[in-house]
Amino acid sequence: MIEKNELTLQINGQLHSIRVEPRRTLVDAIREDCGQTGTHIGCEHGVCGACTVLVDGEPVRSCLMFAVQAQDKDIRTVEGLAAGDELNPLQRAFMEHHGLQCGFCTPGFLMLITGVLDRDPDISDDDLVDVLSSNLCRCTGYQNIVKAARAAAAELRRR
Amino acid sequence: MTTPTKGSGFAWVGRSVRRVEDPALLTGRGRFTADLPAVHRVRFVRSSVAAGRIQKVTIPDNAMVITAAELAAVKPITPELHKFGYVAVAQPILASGFVKFVGEPVAAVVAGSEAAAEDIADGVAVGISEAAAVVDARSALEDGAPLVHAQAARNIVVEGKVETPGFAAAQSVASRVVTIELRSRRQNATPIEARAGHAVFDSASGRVTLTCATQMPHLTRTAIADLIGMPESELRVIAPDVGGGFGQKMSLVPEYVVLVWLARKLRSSVAWTEDRRENLIASFHSRDQYIRLQGAFNSDAKLVGLAAEVIANVGAYSCYPTTCAVEPLMAMAELPGPYDVRAYACVARGVLTNTCPMAPYRGVSRPVITAALERLMDLAATQFELDPTEIRRRNLIDKFPYRSATGLVFDEGSYRQTLDMAVAAVDLPEFRERQQAARLQKRYLGIGFATFSERTGYGTPAFAARGMGITPGWETVEVAMDPSGYVEVRIGASPHGQGLRTTLAQLVGDELGLAPDRIKVVHGDTDRTPYGWGTFASRSLVIAGGASVLAARKVQAKLLKIASRLLETAADDIVLEAGAARVVGTDRAIPIETLARAAYHQTHLFNGEIDPMISETATYDPPGTFSNSCHAAIVEVDTEAGQVTVERFVVAEDAGRLINPMIVDGQIVGGVAQGIGNALLEEIVYDETGNILTATLADFLPPTSREIPPIELLHLETLNDATIAQAKGLGEGGAIGAPAAILNAVNDALAPFGVTVNEMPATPRRIRAILRQAKGRGRD
Repeated sequence: MIEKNELTLQINGQLHSIRVEPRRTLVDAIREDCGQTGTHIGCEHGVCGACTVLVDGEPVRSCLMFAVQAQDKDIRTVEGLAAGDELNPLQRAFMEHHGLQCGFCTPGFLMLITGVLDRDPDISDDDLVDVLSSNLCRCTGYQNIVKAARAAAAELRRR
Repeated sequence: MTTPTKGSGFAWVGRSVRRVEDPALLTGRGRFTADLPAVHRVRFVRSSVAAGRIQKVTIPDNAMVITAAELAAVKPITPELHKFGYVAVAQPILASGFVKFVGEPVAAVVAGSEAAAEDIADGVAVGISEAAAVVDARSALEDGAPLVHAQAARNIVVEGKVETPGFAAAQSVASRVVTIELRSRRQNATPIEARAGHAVFDSASGRVTLTCATQMPHLTRTAIADLIGMPESELRVIAPDVGGGFGQKMSLVPEYVVLVWLARKLRSSVAWTEDRRENLIASFHSRDQYIRLQGAFNSDAKLVGLAAEVIANVGAYSCYPTTCAVEPLMAMAELPGPYDVRAYACVARGVLTNTCPMAPYRGVSRPVITAALERLMDLAATQFELDPTEIRRRNLIDKFPYRSATGLVFDEGSYRQTLDMAVAAVDLPEFRERQQAARLQKRYLGIGFATFSERTGYGTPAFAARGMGITPGWETVEVAMDPSGYVEVRIGASPHGQGLRTTLAQLVGDELGLAPDRIKVVHGDTDRTPYGWGTFASRSLVIAGGASVLAARKVQAKLLKIASRLLETAADDIVLEAGAARVVGTDRAIPIETLARAAYHQTHLFNGEIDPMISETATYDPPGTFSNSCHAAIVEVDTEAGQVTVERFVVAEDAGRLINPMIVDGQIVGGVAQGIGNALLEEIVYDETGNILTATLADFLPPTSREIPPIELLHLETLNDATIAQAKGLGEGGAIGAPAAILNAVNDALAPFGVTVNEMPATPRRIRAILRQAKGRGRD
């Protein structure tokens, strides 16, 4: 039996005290130990980006980070985007522009775009397409994800 | 034209209503199979060799590991087909005696967590005495090739043959015969959610609930109950939110059988979540085909005879319920495409190999046959010195209904019109000038067209023609209104991203004069829905949609009858609109909820002439319909790097009435993106021993946002009576046409070098190799 470590994860402002093995990935800890299943696992080797969350504001593949590395950091997941039932501008843009079909990759894209627009609200359209190429979507062909991201960026700039 | 209904006409159909599915999925509240907690977790130990005899499975002490021996009472998966010389090969739930492909499940480890199960699985030693494997389908056909299943001689599992009476005569009058060989390499549909299953035993009822990522919940129930030998009523199958399928999740998988068996044995909950490596090596593959076409053209460049040979590599086993014959037989039936050719001969074989089994993937054969046929058309155009669009104009069908050489009946479409629309959109003369100018600067642009049909929404007659042991086709829908006037539409179809909860609510809303937000579509639960076939083959909007409309019209008739009684007016003078039954031309109206209330709580008013409750069922089983499209691609080929960049992509399509244009566009663009991946990027590679080399998403490459250009969409809506809602299916067209258009464009770009690429994906390595050969340098 591998010894477990006690640690506290801060997810969307909530503290979760958990005990996990050192090898526990952040995504497994978020989903199974903290019960936040909105973050999805698509490949577990850092390619698809379905598990993207924000760690201290930076988009991170949570399948490639250990839970113990996220101690004392500010973790944001898809569950933290909406205010209750009220979708935030990016979520609304995804709905308005049909930026999701099966919805499995969607939380990863939402967190990737959130991180990018927080850092660079004036990102060019071309750079945005480049950033979006970090994650895989199999349903939409990306066109509507790009449109939704641009629309959200425009709305955030107006605010 | 359809009969005008008593509802409000089209208040909702034709509008881009925002999806009711979205809010949960956007907030992390979606419910996917892997989100469920379970007491036990399963890890499968899989074969690391492609062929061999299992000598011994060594299990670590105190570990719970299930092998074929424990499952002796569970029947193997043996789908049936009663035609075309099909050999019914059987797949044991866990490998029994022999392994036949890398990734085949040999043992199931059960532990308290995924990590613990993986640790134990690492300690399970599977001793296999290796045998010679066969990987390539054409090698498998050779004399002396190892047999994957002893009963399938030459590894042929199915062989379809057709020859029309005038075939030989047509060949003899041809002025020119054009031959093409096309190779489509193997692919994986790659839904971002891989497979996942969760089975839980209920000790009170003795029932098991299997939640799994499936496109076919009822068939999953039937299959597993049959194999385990339990009544179907003791098994409930739930398809919750399912993260894409594309066909990969429509066939039965042995892993789910193991989960149900374990849940009954342990009287507990047990779950398995597939990892990406397992999905890439051991779920289902597709598209691995070789096609040879010989087109006989008369002096007017009219195709007068088509001969085809199709070899489909079906892998080591046959998928349930369609059987592995689905690819070769689809190819045989549909190879003449949208062209008017009366003389046709085809031999289509499914060939067993020691590779992962093949199953349907969006388009099923048609992406490959369309690529072959469209390459043939371009090659013929070159030989006749015609523009590629002109040879298509001369050959496309344009009188309807058109009965094809293989007996398919094409309902009215717009084959030539969509071609003209695409040609106009790309401004072909302007492109040719630009192409010439670019060549002077050693930049190589190309344009490619694909004109094709998409057979959709076909019911039992079409499947029966294949002689399937299980013949799918119809759909049954229950439309029920509760006393509060809200509606449930319970369907056997099983959407997983197509937005059917939204589009069916639009269809039913128009029949009942209700806003879609009062209509809830229930799917993916065998306890809550009528038996049905699930979602595949671009059928759900057409067939489940048609059945929804038919059932809703029965509800409408009942509501009108009640309204007639309460308003003391003839039913013919009443319409349902905006949530009320209104007497035409007056302001007399009753809210629909009052009618609903009466149907349950005021039935004494009707003197027994109106049955209590509002719940109606209807079944729809259509013959099928053809959507049509023209795709046009403009690419640039970097002849040094071999890299292809898609600069523009135009789709002109006609799928009849568009119920929700936003969802329609999403389906098309998503399909085109998969088609671009098919044409340029995605390839499952085996070495000659049957070891798989592409087991990560860094090796198998679905396209990213960088590879997909903005896709331009043009619509026509030819309305006919082929379907109830006048809508045709369109889920696969994007994936069917795009590879052909891209491949033609790549070849057009490479024309100055005098080379052709007839292999998909046209990777940089392949393009460089062909260009090197042309230059005669011959080094790698």
